[in-house]
Amino acid sequence: MSRFTKSFDTIGAVLLAIIWIAPLLFAVWAAVHSTSDAVNFRLTSPWTMSNFQAAWDGAPWGKYFLNTFLLVTVVLIGQFIVTTLAGYAFAQVQFPGKDIAFLLVLLQLFILPEVLIVENYAMVSRLGLFDSILGVGMPYMASAFGIFLMRQAFKSVPIELDEAARIEGCSRLGILLKVYVPLAKPTYLAYALVSVSTHWNNFLWPLIVTNSPETRPITVGLSIFGAPENGVDISIISAATLMSVAPLLVAFLIFQRQFVQAFLRSGIK
Amino acid sequence: MSELAKLERRRRAIYGWLLLSPAAILLSLFAFYPSIATLWSSLFSRGTRRHPVEFVGVENYTDLFADPTFWIVVKNNLFYAGITVPLSMFIALSMALWANSKISAKGFVRTAYFTPTVLPMIAAANLWLFFYTPGLGVLDQIGSLFGLPSVNWLGQPETALWAIIIVTVWKESGFFMIFYLAALQTIPEDLREAVDIEGTSRWTYTRRIVLPMLMPMTLFIGVNAVINSVKLIDHLFILTKGGPSDASKLILYYIWEQAFAFFDTPHAAALTMMVLLVLGIVAAVQFYFIDRRTHYQ
Repeated sequence: MSRFTKSFDTIGAVLLAIIWIAPLLFAVWAAVHSTSDAVNFRLTSPWTMSNFQAAWDGAPWGKYFLNTFLLVTVVLIGQFIVTTLAGYAFAQVQFPGKDIAFLLVLLQLFILPEVLIVENYAMVSRLGLFDSILGVGMPYMASAFGIFLMRQAFKSVPIELDEAARIEGCSRLGILLKVYVPLAKPTYLAYALVSVSTHWNNFLWPLIVTNSPETRPITVGLSIFGAPENGVDISIISAATLMSVAPLLVAFLIFQRQFVQAFLRSGIK
Repeated sequence: MSELAKLERRRRAIYGWLLLSPAAILLSLFAFYPSIATLWSSLFSRGTRRHPVEFVGVENYTDLFADPTFWIVVKNNLFYAGITVPLSMFIALSMALWANSKISAKGFVRTAYFTPTVLPMIAAANLWLFFYTPGLGVLDQIGSLFGLPSVNWLGQPETALWAIIIVTVWKESGFFMIFYLAALQTIPEDLREAVDIEGTSRWTYTRRIVLPMLMPMTLFIGVNAVINSVKLIDHLFILTKGGPSDASKLILYYIWEQAFAFFDTPHAAALTMMVLLVLGIVAAVQFYFIDRRTHYQ
């Protein structure tokens, strides 16, 4: 590559990168200045933390964070249990009806939970789970994508290990827990990262199923806080937005490599 | 011996279905039953105190077809897909080619491209609000430097859907870039070296070697982008609420509105059935192409 095209590439790539993070940079700018300083771009104006204070006092953020944390935990635990069992059944157990069952699971990849909001809402209400964290999480626990991922991971485990453990007198469930699960650790990690960031960011379904600050996750809380009816100004909204994305963003910047690997692993079959 | 084999087979069958039962129950509750229930309720009228629920056949569907808003929403969503799918894929490919080339500041560039992916759509919408606000917003301020008048990007029908589209492209391009990056890294280095020795231009190399080798990945990303054009609507709640006068309303938002703002479940169900049909076609296309791909490999 010639020197010229290389510097041309660098300029283009960096320019696009700056455009791409500009919305975040502007939010940081707005969050640490008073509203009038922020919108008039007074570059030398003093910094302030009062927007964060005002945002924090404006809504029960602590509760929202806790709800989101509980939600992603409940979803992840549910998904691990359900997808491990089903993935193992599809990978290593021969039973009648297996192929049809697997086809039905794959079908769910296209029946998005987002699209079935009306009937899923009816189902959650019927189960008495309306306005509960379990109600928000439950439709996502039997993830077709997760089952598929676990099946792939368990298929790559050599059958000799399985047989050796059986000769040692290990029970079937014991083999699953002591042989297969530890060997699939990277898959679990990847799946966990994708799942946590998906459900941390999920909005439409939690909006429908939650109805009180006691269960509302951070995304729904943020949308209510920023609603124009509430007349909150741009600096405080920016502060609230940054606050609510901070945990995931910081985690991403620290574990960037793992995040990217996780998303890759999840997408490539 | 055959008795024993039969017993063993039966034990395995029970064992397999036991392992599968949690997934089977949950999938039935939250995917299969709701799909059938949606179809069922799309064939009945909305019950009121005076008129109890009754079977109306395809009336809910013909109602929708006769409703101008429905066609506006369909047109909006087709436009939304028609722009976001190719545009985000093109940007993703450019990002990947850059992030994979030997430029300085590669780490920064990759991080910057990928960052929007980890943000919730609601937060993304809030960030962009600062750009779009008339008068005070960043876009207007930049415009005023060049003497352009203030524009109400979110408040006028001509620009509202575009404003929504830009946020979507911004959000998903970095995500698709990752997949292109992975595919690029599977292209052998020797091809590049051979091309350098031959003195072939970079453009020819990209067009004749890189792009064809990225085809399967392009298809995969394309399917995901189409699904996203149905799914990604959270920012509507912050930015436009589908307005002004339905100019930026998308199908999933319309379903939500019908069901949870107007409490018109039958029409929401009929809409949902149509979306499921479209997603089914997307699935069929994907399976068909993936089948073909595995055939000639």
